[in-house]
Amino acid sequence: MRPDLRFDFIADMQDGTLTIRRKFAAGRQMVWDCYTRSELLDRWYAPRPLTTKTRSFDFREGGHWHFAMIDPNGTHYWSRTDYETITPIDGYTGYDGFTDETGVVNPDLPRSRQELRLADKGDHTLVETRVSYDSPEDLQKVIDMGMEQGLTSTLERLDELLASLIAEAQPLPAQNA
Amino acid sequence: MDHYQTPLDPIFHALADPTRRAVVQRLGRGPAPVKELAAPFDMALPSFMKHIGVLEEAGLIASTKQGRVRTCRLSPDGLAAAERWFDEQRAIWASRYDNLDNLLTTLGGETDET
Repeated sequence: MRPDLRFDFIADMQDGTLTIRRKFAAGRQMVWDCYTRSELLDRWYAPRPLTTKTRSFDFREGGHWHFAMIDPNGTHYWSRTDYETITPIDGYTGYDGFTDETGVVNPDLPRSRQELRLADKGDHTLVETRVSYDSPEDLQKVIDMGMEQGLTSTLERLDELLASLIAEAQPLPAQNA
Repeated sequence: MDHYQTPLDPIFHALADPTRRAVVQRLGRGPAPVKELAAPFDMALPSFMKHIGVLEEAGLIASTKQGRVRTCRLSPDGLAAAERWFDEQRAIWASRYDNLDNLLTTLGGETDET
């Protein structure tokens, strides 16, 4: 990361909010475009090594973006962002939820509230995102789900590790069971 | 992407040892008292407890003591899980914004040329 482009990540576990600030070496209009045009969102939104694929995009108050983040195995993680208020080119508010392939929001999982703010900083743009949950219980649900998935993937990785170690025929400790 | 690997390092360290892997595999079938976990190994209890300690620090297992029996189970306690979730979110946003940075650089180059 370039030293002049600071990344701030503030987690308030009590409140269940995340505040993320990042400066970009670009004008506000261009940053706004990257958030509000699906062909551009597809080029950056998913964290590596995942990729983004838009299913439908309707950027207006009351509209939504339905998309998948795809992992290298081809697994699709479907989400949608519902836009509540839009103030070009200052920011928007909305909700993020997990969905299925058809875009139906999973009712068992809480949605997070998203607030995006863009501000000029000289010839740079400061992007501030606030992610929050309606209640500590909602946040806990999401964490529990993440924990299950995290544990599953840890155990899958353990399986792979064990398989490769067995292939190397590394002896296990003496067992007298 | 250092922040991507950091949270996983203690986990891989913990799982690099065959005794600890065997313990995690056993706990995958359900909670068990330390005594039962230690039984298959030809090892003094204090040495075995060190392995339990490493697994606990990595957040892979948790243990509770009732009377003289310490029971271990898979998965971290609530706080460790929350910390892990926040770490994960941090990594997601950092990576996402690095992507955006690259895209803006590309777009900036395109605009300069037109």
